[in-house]
Amino acid sequence: MNRDIFILSNGRMKRKDNTLYFEDEKGEKRPIPVEQTNSIHFLGQVDFNTSLLHLLSQHQICFHVYNYYGYYDGTFCPRNPKVSGFTVVQQSAHVLDPEKRMYLAKSFVLAGIHHMLRNIRRNGSNDTAYSDTILSMLDRVESARTIPELMGAEGHCRQVYYDAFGQLLKNGMEWHSRSKQPPKDPVNALISFGNSLMYTTIISEIYKTVLDPTVSFLHEPSSRRFSLSLDIAEIFKPLIIDSLVFTLLNNRRIQEKHFESKDGAVLLNSEGRKRFLAAFDEKMKTTIKHRKLNRQVSYRYLIRLEAYKLIKHFIGDEVYKPFKAWW
Amino acid sequence: MENVRGVEVHYYAICKRKLWLFHKGIRFENDGHERVIEGKILHEHAYPKMDKDVELEAFVRIDRQDGDVLREIKLTSKMKKADRLQMLYYLYILKQKGIRKTGLLSYTKEKETVEVHLDDDGEQEVRKALANIQTILEGNIPPFQKLPYCSKCAYKDFCFSGEADQDES
Repeated sequence: MNRDIFILSNGRMKRKDNTLYFEDEKGEKRPIPVEQTNSIHFLGQVDFNTSLLHLLSQHQICFHVYNYYGYYDGTFCPRNPKVSGFTVVQQSAHVLDPEKRMYLAKSFVLAGIHHMLRNIRRNGSNDTAYSDTILSMLDRVESARTIPELMGAEGHCRQVYYDAFGQLLKNGMEWHSRSKQPPKDPVNALISFGNSLMYTTIISEIYKTVLDPTVSFLHEPSSRRFSLSLDIAEIFKPLIIDSLVFTLLNNRRIQEKHFESKDGAVLLNSEGRKRFLAAFDEKMKTTIKHRKLNRQVSYRYLIRLEAYKLIKHFIGDEVYKPFKAWW
Repeated sequence: MENVRGVEVHYYAICKRKLWLFHKGIRFENDGHERVIEGKILHEHAYPKMDKDVELEAFVRIDRQDGDVLREIKLTSKMKKADRLQMLYYLYILKQKGIRKTGLLSYTKEKETVEVHLDDDGEQEVRKALANIQTILEGNIPPFQKLPYCSKCAYKDFCFSGEADQDES
């Protein structure tokens, strides 16, 4: 099973013969088996040269760069060997036709809300007020006729979902509302960091398929971001990141001491990041039994299968149904 | 007939859907699929002294050529019909250019070779296949059909990705 490598320290990533080594500031070298690497995340200051890029290209490894605050900066993707102009044309046709676009945008939103409700159900008390409110708002999502209308309806559901966080977080972590750029409290810091990881993981998986990552449906297709990844993240953020945040905080595996405050932003410190990354990696490797493939598949692979389903939808094979955890 | 690869003729005989997907560039052979890797290694190392990957047409290559003999290397003999049709296609291409050769299918692991000659019936078969391939590629994606080979196919996860119908909320 290929895995993601997270480089937290500063140093130099280099190619030695046909494999990878990371050398930290103290000059300590750590080998990284190139054959078993899926993608690399650079969270520290890292030097490298083109000879490294050649090797990464050979093995189809993407790397993602994050800034000092842990925000996603960008990705190096090797030349894509997977090209299907036919699929890209069909994918684009689904953006240009408002009805087709709405179908997909709604699918992403509804699957996301399904997972939000699931989080409330699994972590909440017996108080059903929050989920009842969200359920009562679903009509507005379903009947939305434009993207802004859909976004608005989704926003309202999400608002209620975040209101529920106060009840879902057990150990008295401070929580008011979602705040981004900068996150104002530890919980927001975890969500922001987690969402960045989700986004890059999805980019890596989309990259392994013939889909065009810039052609998206819920989010405006954009030249600055791989917006298809944002679309798919709607489904998986609540399923993977939020539930991870609850687990880590409620079990006290991450505590107040794992954060630091900088220029009005609350951020994970390096121990906190390590803990979160380890848990994230663990979660992505967790398997569930796929009902059609009839075998265990990891959360990471579920993302790839989501991409396959979209391809099938675009080429007129099988109507897309978003992934909704059923257990 | 243009732009039809040998492997596409092979896929045609096995699974029309695989042929269609492959032709549209939706491919899964390079995803680290075990049998594909096995096949590649065999392809690399078998018959090292013969000419390798000989180009018959811009789109068509034959595994090995040794004088008047074309050789296609296969992992197993389980798809003999498809293997034969693929070889007939190669022989057919050469015949269009006025070249006559013999085909050999090598099942190296099973220590078996099968000779293939292009006769009138064979030529007829190739023509019919090429016409059908053209029709398939011009049409929509052929619907999924469960076949005995599905479990070993590199396209399996694509075909089987999807949500089960029950328990929808």
